[in-house]
Amino acid sequence: MVLESNIPEGPIEKKWTNHKFTSKLVNPSNRRKYTVAVVGTGLAGASAAASLAELGYNVLAFSYHESPRRAHSIAAQGGINAGKNYANDGDSVYRLFYDTLKGGDYRAREGNVYRLAEVSGSIIDQCVAQGVPFARDYAGYLDNRSFGGAQVSRTFYARGQTGQQLLLGAYSALARQMETGGVKFFARREMLDVVLVDGKARGIVARNMLNGKVESYAADAVILATGGYANAFFLSTNAKASNATAIWRAHKKGALFANPCFTQIHPTCIPVSGEHQSKLTLMSESLRNDGRIWVPKIKDDKRLPQDIPENERDYYLERQYPSFGNLVPRDVASRRAKEMCDKGFGVGPSKMAVYLDFAEAIKRVGKEIVKERYGNLFDMYKQITAEDPYLQPMRIYPAVHYTMGGLWVDYNLMSTIPGLFVGGEANFSDHGANRLGASALMQGLADGYFILPYTVGNYLAGTKFETVKTDHAAFKDAENDVDATIMKLMNVNGTKTVDEFHREYGKVMWEFVGMGRNKAGLEKALTLLPKIREAFWKDVKLTGEANDINTELEKAQRVADFLELGELMARDALHREESCGGHFREEHQTDEGEAMRNDEKFAYVAAWEFKGIGTEPAMHKEHLVFDYVKPSQRSYK
Amino acid sequence: MKLTLQVWRQERPESKGRLISYGVNDVSPDMSFLEMLDVLNIELVKKNEVPIAFDHDCREGICGSCGMMINGRAHGPGRGIATCQLHMRHFKDGDTIVIEPWRARAFPVLKDLMVDRTAMDRVMMAGGYVSTKTGGMVDGNTLLIPKPIADEAFDAAACIGCGACVASCPNSSLMLFVAAKVSQLALLPQGQHERKERVESMLAVMDENQFGSCTNTYACEAECPKEISVTHIARLNREFIRAKITA
Amino acid sequence: MKKVISFYHSSVGKKILMSLAGLFLCSFLVIHLSGNLALFKNDNGESFNHYSEFMAHNPVIRSTEILLVAGFLLHMFLGGTLWLKNRAARPEKYSAYKLSDNTPFESRNTMLSGSIVLFFLIVHLKQFFLPSRFFGETNMYALVLQAFASPLYDLLYLAALVMLAYHLKHAFQSAFQTLGLRKGKYIVLFDAVAVVFWLLIPIGFASMPIYFFLSTLK
Repeated sequence: MVLESNIPEGPIEKKWTNHKFTSKLVNPSNRRKYTVAVVGTGLAGASAAASLAELGYNVLAFSYHESPRRAHSIAAQGGINAGKNYANDGDSVYRLFYDTLKGGDYRAREGNVYRLAEVSGSIIDQCVAQGVPFARDYAGYLDNRSFGGAQVSRTFYARGQTGQQLLLGAYSALARQMETGGVKFFARREMLDVVLVDGKARGIVARNMLNGKVESYAADAVILATGGYANAFFLSTNAKASNATAIWRAHKKGALFANPCFTQIHPTCIPVSGEHQSKLTLMSESLRNDGRIWVPKIKDDKRLPQDIPENERDYYLERQYPSFGNLVPRDVASRRAKEMCDKGFGVGPSKMAVYLDFAEAIKRVGKEIVKERYGNLFDMYKQITAEDPYLQPMRIYPAVHYTMGGLWVDYNLMSTIPGLFVGGEANFSDHGANRLGASALMQGLADGYFILPYTVGNYLAGTKFETVKTDHAAFKDAENDVDATIMKLMNVNGTKTVDEFHREYGKVMWEFVGMGRNKAGLEKALTLLPKIREAFWKDVKLTGEANDINTELEKAQRVADFLELGELMARDALHREESCGGHFREEHQTDEGEAMRNDEKFAYVAAWEFKGIGTEPAMHKEHLVFDYVKPSQRSYK
Repeated sequence: MKLTLQVWRQERPESKGRLISYGVNDVSPDMSFLEMLDVLNIELVKKNEVPIAFDHDCREGICGSCGMMINGRAHGPGRGIATCQLHMRHFKDGDTIVIEPWRARAFPVLKDLMVDRTAMDRVMMAGGYVSTKTGGMVDGNTLLIPKPIADEAFDAAACIGCGACVASCPNSSLMLFVAAKVSQLALLPQGQHERKERVESMLAVMDENQFGSCTNTYACEAECPKEISVTHIARLNREFIRAKITA
Repeated sequence: MKKVISFYHSSVGKKILMSLAGLFLCSFLVIHLSGNLALFKNDNGESFNHYSEFMAHNPVIRSTEILLVAGFLLHMFLGGTLWLKNRAARPEKYSAYKLSDNTPFESRNTMLSGSIVLFFLIVHLKQFFLPSRFFGETNMYALVLQAFASPLYDLLYLAALVMLAYHLKHAFQSAFQTLGLRKGKYIVLFDAVAVVFWLLIPIGFASMPIYFFLSTLK
């Protein structure tokens, strides 16, 4: 299989413009004849569904939530990047492109990343028009703040709830289309299979979570915008229901899965408090603007943080990276925190935490300003830990947060299955091996508002469609497969609950496929993970009925898919004999402990083809070409 | 600590529910309320029983999925938090906790503690937006919004749509939810052109969906996880009057 | 006309009409109280009887009376309608419901306080309004003195005033909220006026039975 990225010809700043011009168009009066199924209604899905419906396409939108407004995009806190140079600090589209490519450790396509930077400004304008209450200054202009991995202020924000405000903006556009009938919204539907007819994606099969009915929906194109797969680790900052089922089932139907090992560990999360822990809570990266990270200079220091004098504190990021200081990219900050804890300098009851201290900021700008900037985050922290960050430093530790990997897509965001498009975190695209802060919201909305509406149209206009209805044999087969899997799960009747399996699996994933990876560990994971998968199918216990609301069954389906995906993540991590971005192979580091890339051997996208459960997948390479930004050793010193 | 839970169990929307008593042991004060229910659910499954169904997702108080009446309070004791942010340190050993679903005619129970809140979507669909289309926007900075206005609009926009306002209200009224959206868009220049239609149409759909009416008890403000102020309801009322008396 | 109908059909529209009617009734309370203060004039009831006579037979007052009755009926009808709608909005009640943790007594019990005030109003009308207005009673002062001499009646009167105070305590600020006037710096102002109102009006009325009852003890 040859992977065609379909990057348009021409200079980088003209590629997208040229592509839009050469794309085929669907006549406005013909658009209503096409049906597009959009699975997932977070930032990417809701914006794509609304925009396509505005153009006149007939859109079916699916969510496993009761309402589009519940999607996990809502939890993004810090902000959204855009290269508008409002701060007059030398920002530009090119700089945003450069920073994103460099931040991703040169494992993304130049063409895609440039396009992302190019449309970033329009996203802000679009959201402003929708009434998103971005932070403003007293004169009324949009305010910016800085984020990790950049030396300019280009992050637009709405207090600590930017994701919420952007999602509610996209949701409002979607609600408007739901009212006009342009979008038919199907709530509480979980996509369990994508249906292929003549090799093209022609619809989906979904389970109605209210009554267990397996339903088929036919379409001319399918967009998956179903988010990332960080919950493979059980403990992550993702929402409880976030899952990989849609993309994994598409993968099993032939869509290649790219760079599955690229997972992002977020440096500032609230540490684990005990065995009961069900998920981890992120504290926005924006906190690193004013918070200083430190550990005591003495190992196992028992003193309270406020009792430790300045000269006995190690502000290790400021010491090691004088120019970026506390604002180094996420992967660097995370690894350094782990290193400090592994060396015994960790703090808190578990000793697996470092301090994030606001005392200096409070002294410098006053408590009120700090409260205005981070009030909701401080409150959230206090709720969870019963400690007041205005009075004592936060304790933080890295946690799995985002997955850069995902289904392989070309420049048109189409997977290797014709007619199956993938947007947002679900695709592998633009962040390379590491995503910079405030870039996820940017990418999700870029895909949904400004890219998919063009590229889906291009596909529809250039493809011949046979009429396919849900009584087609392909739908019946898919329904039967889905039913069979459900019944198989219901009938195991073992002894262990889904959560127990998931937690056990997650621990193996975190230990061996987590922040630091090595050959021996990954090989061990590849022997342990299949065992858990096999045990799951022999010993999982579900109660209740399949034809009813059944939360255990919902979880079981998702976990069953994670149990397969985890192996692919480990396999990909094992094959990638280099360190880059969020993928840190302990064998490949500089003397100073920095990630060491191997551009000669690994400047490619690893796209995996499914060959059966427990069978080794086939890897296909898409070589990355860098015409504009020459890969260099990332340095944030 | 040891607790007794009295949990509302209801198999289907049409079936009759009742409170069932469960004992939970070894509850850690650091657990969240939902983690405590997770532990109970694992035990139930092991005992071959059907676990308690409840909506939840982000578990950090922003998605608005979770919501239950805990000891007669929406989202339980404490202010400014959703159920998922409630931690067990707010309870003490030996406590009995009554857990019920949101109760309102407009929020029919689907199963156990899970209710159908799609009525809120229908209200949003009636005008909770600015009728923009994707593309062709003017630069964000051509629209100046002074900080105090932007801040006030944000305060309203912070609504997570959990429905605690309805659940806590003696009248099951949706006014705070509607007010939050109407107020946000009435404050911002973007919302001006559809101001009248918006308030009229959202309120009409609110009434159609059989929510009660506001009697200004302000229970909603007290239980709102985002502490949205009832001054937004006053603005909603103003907007309504304005829409009705101006041509 | 369509606008008027849709206004009335909206729950918010009904609330606005109800609060306007309520505020109108409040204005009546002020007039009634200021007139009744004539009781305290040490002229053996001459001023009070004069005032009663004026109230019962002045054509302007007589025509306003119709408005007043209409206001009462409207207020009660809308209150009742919304109350029924609100009961119906929660068919299954909570088995544990701590509304009291978040709301003051008066806000939860306007229907109760209103009903008690209504009951008292009927007694009150029978006792004073009917004789003066329809049966040609001219010495209202004597009637009042006679009534206030009864401790039982005084207790009923005071109890009703307590309920009126509760009713006003909620209703007065609630009306401003419903009319959308409770905003920004006015909130403090309205809330202060509300306190003065719900406290002073009932105290003013209460001073009469207390004064006259005490004077019978002398």
